[in-house]
This record gives sequence, structure tokens and C-alpha cells, in this order.
Amino acid sequence: MSTSATPGPRVGLFITCLVDLMRPTVGFAAAKLLEDAGCLVEVPRQTCCGQPAFNSGDRRTARALALQLMEALEGYDYVVAPSGSCAGQVKKHFPELFADDPNLSQRAHALAGKTYELVSFLTDVMFVSKVNAAFDGTVTYHDSCAGLRELGVQSQPRKLLGTVQGLSLSELPDADVCCGFGGTFAVKYGELSDKIVSEKTSKIALAGAGTLLAGDLGCLMNMAGKLKRQGSTVQVRHVAEVLAGMTDAPPIAGAKPRETGA
Amino acid sequence: MTLHPTSPQFKTNVTKALADVQLQKAMGHVRSGFIDKRRKAVDKLPEFDALRDRAREIKDHTLAHLDLYIERYEARVTQSGGHVHFARDAAEARDLILAICQKAGAKTVTKGKSMISEEIAINAHLEANGLVPVETDLGEYIIQLRGELPSHIIAPAVHLTKEQVEADFRRVHTHLDGARDLSEARTLLTEARTVLRQKFLAADVGITGANFLVAETGTSIIVTNEGNGDLTQILPKVHIVIASIEKLVPTLEDASQILRVLARSATGQEMSVYTTFSTGPARASDVDGPQEYHVVLLDNGRTSMLGTEFQDMLRCIRCGACMNHCPVYHAVGGHAYGWVYPGPMGAVLTPSLIGVDQGGHLPNASTFCGRCESVCPMHIPLPKMMRHWREREFERNLSPATFRSGLKLWGWFAARPRVYGPLANWGMKALALLGRAKGAFGWLPLAGGWTRHRDLPAPQGGTFQAQWKSRSKGVSK
Repeated sequence: MSTSATPGPRVGLFITCLVDLMRPTVGFAAAKLLEDAGCLVEVPRQTCCGQPAFNSGDRRTARALALQLMEALEGYDYVVAPSGSCAGQVKKHFPELFADDPNLSQRAHALAGKTYELVSFLTDVMFVSKVNAAFDGTVTYHDSCAGLRELGVQSQPRKLLGTVQGLSLSELPDADVCCGFGGTFAVKYGELSDKIVSEKTSKIALAGAGTLLAGDLGCLMNMAGKLKRQGSTVQVRHVAEVLAGMTDAPPIAGAKPRETGA
Repeated sequence: MTLHPTSPQFKTNVTKALADVQLQKAMGHVRSGFIDKRRKAVDKLPEFDALRDRAREIKDHTLAHLDLYIERYEARVTQSGGHVHFARDAAEARDLILAICQKAGAKTVTKGKSMISEEIAINAHLEANGLVPVETDLGEYIIQLRGELPSHIIAPAVHLTKEQVEADFRRVHTHLDGARDLSEARTLLTEARTVLRQKFLAADVGITGANFLVAETGTSIIVTNEGNGDLTQILPKVHIVIASIEKLVPTLEDASQILRVLARSATGQEMSVYTTFSTGPARASDVDGPQEYHVVLLDNGRTSMLGTEFQDMLRCIRCGACMNHCPVYHAVGGHAYGWVYPGPMGAVLTPSLIGVDQGGHLPNASTFCGRCESVCPMHIPLPKMMRHWREREFERNLSPATFRSGLKLWGWFAARPRVYGPLANWGMKALALLGRAKGAFGWLPLAGGWTRHRDLPAPQGGTFQAQWKSRSKGVSK
């Protein structure tokens, strides 16, 4: 798609630790979407942005990891993450973490200014108005909290999903209500988290879609894990997989199809 | 009512609340009613967000000059014939109020709805000294009958169903016909009115809270919907206002600005049914009103929040929007929080007022979904302040040891990408093999907190970074 008199921007893919560890497909989908939009995608060595430490009150670890990520990513034109939560951490909370150090604060602000969540980057910065993908079925979409409230990601994924051939979107009732993940909250307050995610899965059932999408893997794993435990047949995927037309892999928490030789 | 918070047992409280069928039924109304009403009221007022900004400015300005406004307020109250009493803590406030009641020779004390009166647990103190406090707000009246704390700051009995209230009325109002029909909310209300009317007339002292204290005029303002507040403060010969210092605003104009966001955020009303201004005792020309007007101005830890990362919390106008929109509050209701103030505002305020060692669970029991902050009419950064409490806990080693060492171990690896990378890659490959058949784990060592309630999705295989590297090298596509 690159019409290529001017080369596209160099994008550092901030892969996020969950996608890196749990679901590389999302990373490849993100890379494909960015490349289709004319970006040059690179993946510098990285681990985690430190959000778990930051939200647990461990500012020292949070700062060390933030600095490490900053060094890895600040050389790019843009930094893009397939996650509103992790992009939000860089955009909203890195400047806060380094507020007391003028030099680091300036760097944090500079990085924050060029960091985006994947889907909103595609629509708002690269002006992507349609994707080249097909998906046969009805999907519903959950608005993950950080993307929605820290970054204003709401219309963008719906807009692009609307251009996927064969896809129909059935809105999720209370799509903007938290799924109960909340990082370490899901483990520290498991019972509470379970109650909240159970409310969410009952809304998912009401939406009547075969597939649930969202833009954050933490929330997706939480909802997929609960749906699986409840025996639901709803399939769960990251929105990037559908937008990139990369839905061959089993859904989140889905079994690999039985292989018949080779 | 309780001086002994159950906040340290938050997890036990949660378990109980989740198993409480009546509570879960009652909470169903909270999950939708308040939210829809607020949304509609806000949508009808295009300048709502501008008003929120203005409201924040007013309170920030007041807090920056609080000493000045307290002095001015005291002078104006005194000029109008009233008295201001300063209480450093709850015990001083209780003693001041009791002394005023005793001086008036009071037996019955009516009360308008006041969260500060809950904070200082005044009812128990009055009862212990032979007085009879009577809550006159319907919700407060109901929970007084039950010996409970409010479960919501503006809807104290929101945790109850109509059937539970009917049972309480039958248990307590034994002088009424046992065969009467109490199946409708309206008949319950009528019965409460009838019972309370006698109390209003018998009261010697009326205690109300205040939504605002106006420095320029020495006026206290209450907003109510039932009219009970007016009867409480006008009929008895003594009116006591119990309010905390952050209720101050400089002028009537400021109060009217904030009033425009208050009711809309709380109940979705443009204004509450009654907005009542009280300045001093009745003047000679007034046809009614109290002979004495006292204000007990409470600090109770608030001045120690000034100048700290928790100062913004003092902007709170107690509308309840944060809890109305909170998934945790929706799940367990207000009592699980274990003290006077529930929901997100309680999660920030409680550790400030009773100590983080007591209230430490509350700022942790949040998903940081941010919905509270997004609806707060005063733009209070609630999640950020909860995080600050977590920082204080971490610094003081108050967070659980297993959690801390887990976090430390993870932090160690994450800070060493060259070790982390290959280790993560092998680890995920192994887990993927183990989880391949089902695609998820029903149980996994050390993951019990997760897998007790839901499956843990299995990873796909090696890490993205390892795969990306080999793809870039052209090893595989």
C-alpha cells in the first residue's frame, strides 16, 4: 500500500508483556496492520512497562522498568502498543513517575507524546479508514477501561470493524463497564473479580455474538477464562486479529484443532 | 454507629456480601438507576463539564485559603447570633454536642441526614447519656431501626429490599394495626411520616449536617428531598450543625455554582427538592426558627491531608456518583468497606481518617477502571490517590509478604531483558505444550487466585519477540 515517495514513519512496536508471552498472534496482527498502513515496524528488545509495580505502589521498580522501556523506544517516530492499558501507562503515567526529575520528565513527556494504542493510531494518525480483511460472523466489542477513559478509544475500533467484510457488530450492553481484571486485582481479590466478570459474561450472552473482541489482552484473558469455565461457546480474540484477517489461530483459551499428521 | 471499623476484614466482608441474596437483589437497582438518571441530567446541560471545572477551582481556592475562610465564617456566624465550636476530633465533637444538648435540657434529639454525624458516631454517644436521637431521613430512620451504618452516602438504606423494610416496621411499630397493608413503598413512607411527625414535635434539639458553609454570610446549606431536614432545624429550640471544615465555600455565588453539579451527579435531579439556607437563630421578626444556632466544625484528620497528595479529596461534595458507577461497590454494597464511607471516595478517605493500617484493603480493592474519576463532579483523581495509598503501604511493608516477593522476583527478571527473553520463551513453550489439549488451565501451581474462579488461557507457544526475530532472519515466515 506504500505509495512511497516518502517512506512511512518508523514505528517501534511496544509489544506489551502479555502479548509477548501469551499471544504472539496479536503482535503479528499489529505488525501487519501497521505495515499495511505504510509504517516501518521494528521490535526492539523489551520486557514490561512496569505497570504492575506502579499499581502496586512499588515506585522504585516501576521507575527502573519505565526507564528501561523508555531507552528502548524513544528513538522511533511513533511507539504503538496493541493495548490501551500499556499505552496509557506510557502516555499518562510515565510523565507522572518522573515528574521530580526535569531531565527524565522531559524524556517521558516526549515519549508520551508519540505513543499510541494500536487501533486509534491507525485511524487518528495514519488515517486508515478501512481494512482489508474478512470475517464471517457476528462479533461484540468490550471497551477496555484504560483505552476508553485514559485514551478515548471507543469509536475507532468500531469504525474499522465496520469495514471488515462479512462481519456484523452486535453492541455489548454496558460495554464500557469494567470486566473485573484490574491486573493483580484479579488475583488479590479473586472473589470480587469473579463477581464482576460474571456480570460481564452475562452481558456477553445478551449480545448474542459468536465472538467477543477487545483491545487489551489482560481483559480478554479474564473474560475468555470465565467464559471457558462457564462452558460458553463464545470465541474470544484481540480486535487486531480480526482487523488483520489473522483468525486462523485458535481463539484465546481455545484448544488447538487436532492435527492429522505432519 | 460503630467505632470499630471492619475494614481490616474486608475480604471476609466481601465473601459475606456476595453470598447475601437480599443484598444482591437490592444492589440490582443501584447498578442501573443512578447511572441512567445522571446521564440524562448531564446530557441536558451542555455546560456541565465547564461547571465541573469551575467547581474544582472554587474548592481548590478555598482549600488554599482555608484558614482565612474559616475565620471569616466564624465571624459571620457570631454576628448573626450563632456559635461556632471547633472540634479537633470525633471525641471532642461528641462532647461538644452532648454539652449543648444537656444545657438545653434535651431529651429527644431529631437528626437530619449527616455523614459527619456517622463519622463521629454521635447517636451511640447521645444514647449512652440518656438522650434519644431520632433519624428523620427515611433511609437513615430505617437503618437506625436495624442498628446499621449507611451503606451509601446519599441513599443509606439502598442495600435493603422493600420486604426487609416492611419486616422492620412491623417489628418496631408494634402500636400499629398488625393487619395493615405495607406492600407498597408509598404505604411504608406514609407510616414513617406518621411515626416521625410525633418525634419532630417532641424534639428539643435538631442536628443537621451541611452541604456548604458560606464564609461571606455565615450560612449553612442543606440539600434534601424529603423536607425532614427543614423540620429538624426549624421546630426544636436548638439547632446544631455538624460539619467538617472542607464544607466551606467563600460566597453564596460559589455555593450556587457547585449546587448545579451536585444534584445532577447524585440523583440526576437538576436541583434537590429542598435547598435550605440557615443563618443564625430566629430573629425577633421571624415567625419560626430555633432560639439557638450552633455549628460544630470538625477537623478529624482533614488538616493533615492539606498539602499532601490527598488534598484533592477534600474537594469531595458527597454526591455518591463515584460509588454509583463503581463495579466493586456494585458487587458488594457499602457495608463491606467496613466503616462510614464506602465506594471509591471511601477507599481514599477511610485510610486518611482511620489510618492505612485499618483501611489499607480499600484502596487496593479497585480495578482502576477509572469510571469514578470520569463522573466525579469535582474532578477528584480517585484512582491516582488510591495508588498513593498503595505506595504508602508498600513503603511501610504493609502489603502481603508473598505478594511483595512475587513482585520483586518478577521485577528482577523484567529488569534483565537478556535473561528474561530466553527464559520467557522456553517457559511459554512448555506451558503451551501442557495446555494445548484444552487451550486453558483449570488449575496451575501458584495461580490459584486466578484459577479458582476462571480458567487460565494457555499461551500460544514461544514469545512474540523470539518469533519476530526468527521471522526477520528469514528462518520462518
